[in-house]
Amino acid sequence: MDKNKPVTLFIQCLVDSLYPEVGENMVQVFEKLGISVDIPLDQTCCGQPAFNSGYRREATTAAKRFIEIFESAKIIVCPSGSCVDMVKHQYPGLFKDGSLWQNRAKAVSAKIFELTQYLVDVLGVEDVGATFNGKVTYHDSCHLLRNLGVADQPRKLIANVKDIQLVEMADSEKCCGFGGTFSVKYPDISTAILEEKVDNIIATGADAVVGCDVSCLMNIQGMLNRRNSSIKSLHIAQILAG
Amino acid sequence: MSEIKTEFYKRNAAKAIKDPVLQHALSDVQNRLGPATALAYKNLPEGMALRQKAHEIRQFAINHLDILLETLVKKIRDRGGTVYFARDAADATSYCLKVAKENQIKMVVKGKSMVTEEIGLNKILEANQIEVNETDLGEYIIQLAGETPSHIIAPAIHKTRKEVAQLFTQKLGIPYCEDPPVLTQAARKTLRKKFLAADMGLSGCNLACAETGHITTVSNEGNIRMSTTMPKVHMAFMGMERVVARLEDHDALFRLLSRGAAAQNMAGYVSYIGGPRTEDQLDGPDQFHLVILDNGRSRILADPEFREILLCIRCAACLNVCPAYGKIGGHSYGYPYSGPIGAVITPLFVGVNRAKDLCCGEPLCGACKEACPVDIDLPRMLLGLRAKLAEGDPKWGVTQANSMEKIAFQIWSLIIRNRRVYDLALKTGSLIQKLLPKKNGMITTMPFIFKGWTQSRDIKPLARSSFLTQWKNRENKP
Repeated sequence: MDKNKPVTLFIQCLVDSLYPEVGENMVQVFEKLGISVDIPLDQTCCGQPAFNSGYRREATTAAKRFIEIFESAKIIVCPSGSCVDMVKHQYPGLFKDGSLWQNRAKAVSAKIFELTQYLVDVLGVEDVGATFNGKVTYHDSCHLLRNLGVADQPRKLIANVKDIQLVEMADSEKCCGFGGTFSVKYPDISTAILEEKVDNIIATGADAVVGCDVSCLMNIQGMLNRRNSSIKSLHIAQILAG
Repeated sequence: MSEIKTEFYKRNAAKAIKDPVLQHALSDVQNRLGPATALAYKNLPEGMALRQKAHEIRQFAINHLDILLETLVKKIRDRGGTVYFARDAADATSYCLKVAKENQIKMVVKGKSMVTEEIGLNKILEANQIEVNETDLGEYIIQLAGETPSHIIAPAIHKTRKEVAQLFTQKLGIPYCEDPPVLTQAARKTLRKKFLAADMGLSGCNLACAETGHITTVSNEGNIRMSTTMPKVHMAFMGMERVVARLEDHDALFRLLSRGAAAQNMAGYVSYIGGPRTEDQLDGPDQFHLVILDNGRSRILADPEFREILLCIRCAACLNVCPAYGKIGGHSYGYPYSGPIGAVITPLFVGVNRAKDLCCGEPLCGACKEACPVDIDLPRMLLGLRAKLAEGDPKWGVTQANSMEKIAFQIWSLIIRNRRVYDLALKTGSLIQKLLPKKNGMITTMPFIFKGWTQSRDIKPLARSSFLTQWKNRENKP
């Protein structure tokens, strides 16, 4: 694989609208590695919120649009495990078996990667030459861990950051309780699950919790802030760009 | 049939979350069994691949259910057993009652069985003056307390040692004592008399085998063996999907069932039952009845989207890892089956609209699929049920659950279709959010449907300008 092959970035909607700095940091990581990036300007959302709530027609609209925008790309990289999972594993099922759209969906799903997966598994990069002064703990996001099998890749990248200390929290693989619209439709259950996650994060004594999905991080940050905690929640791109 | 209280999922969940005793019990059972089961799978000589093999075995059985059931039934009938196919709960319970009346049954002893919970058998027998005695210790405890199981294999996990001690003092007349061996001994003493006096034994069926024509039961207390061999009549209840083709298949499935249920290599007692006592046998019942229950299963079998749920062997491994179950407990699900398996199968049994909160009320984390000994894709089916609720489906009698939500997603799909409209929506959002209260730069109170979020957490406001807008400006610079 050509290590300098340009990549096309799919910026998760939550990164785009709430955490633009994460997008900026991801670009910096690639620039540092001498890889040029292309970012289609008319991209919006992969359709996961609609899909997970059952609205397949609306999700299909989003999927078709995504395919049209990204099918000319050679490699698609995204800073979110759950969006990659949506494109990779759910898109093909939205279309009739053997249809042209399904073939197009499969072609796109074959070339999309989550950021750390791309860096470690495809490029073979485990050290991006970053520095971070502090103690961090890593939260495994559900779809990233279980549907993409990504657990070691971010840990390797973090371990190679200069001056960083990585401590594992209890049950790092347990859900944070976000679950998309679940978090607003079932706030009591979502909160109860999140309380446990936040307790486990606080117990590590870390300065920051690091993850690969801003959706989980947004959820965790929301409760840390409510509890007046000084612990930061950071996307891994924010660490790797440092 | 069992009482259906699925409509109260949210309310019961909220209550359960506030119960510190239950919270302690739930986290204890999950911490104990969840990781132990994962380790037990890993330590299998075949490794995790055995789960896929078991999946194929079960898939084959479900795809050939008609032939397998016919073979099983013929072998049991040839040995002098009676087999009854029950269409629904009422059919199954009236058959049981009929047999009980014919044999003038006054007292039954019962091995743990979820399918008899599903059909609400105990209540019906009791209403007909037949004394019912649950003999599994956990089931016995909740029967004395007048409650229902809160876990598929650990029915009384919601009860503390203190509560059991009080219950036994009150119901069995023993001096107050919190020591588990003493309490177990008291239950044992009482139940021994029941085993000797009962004239009918009832059991479930963990798995049947077509090749040999047996049903198999597993337990750790030996109580099912007592229930099925001591009384003169034994009646077993099985869901019509609980059969596999060959005896060899039992090996893989029971090793996985024991690991999934209790992280054991094998349950303490495994019994193969193929008919009544033969003339040369000293033990065993004079009559053996097998009730094969449909109760909605044929309808599931006919739908390729949900057929996979019939692969389930009810080990409860999914309950032990589910973050939602771990907070709300089994009673919140309002039907005997709880946790992820309940979230999928209960809506299919009782009506998707009626049980909509069960399939929508978990974060879709996927831990259940990973824990399932037969690798059932539970998240896929949860999503399938949500799709039925979103659009409605006459085939399953599902009506659209939330027309406002549908409209919201239609509007959403219009917005995301055009980047300029999308940017305008973000701009509008960032103007509105100026009115919302903030702390440390984060919004503390959100309006409308979003208020659930800020019930317990804050949220970062929309950025002044989106990443793509920033990028566009950067690209346009000379």
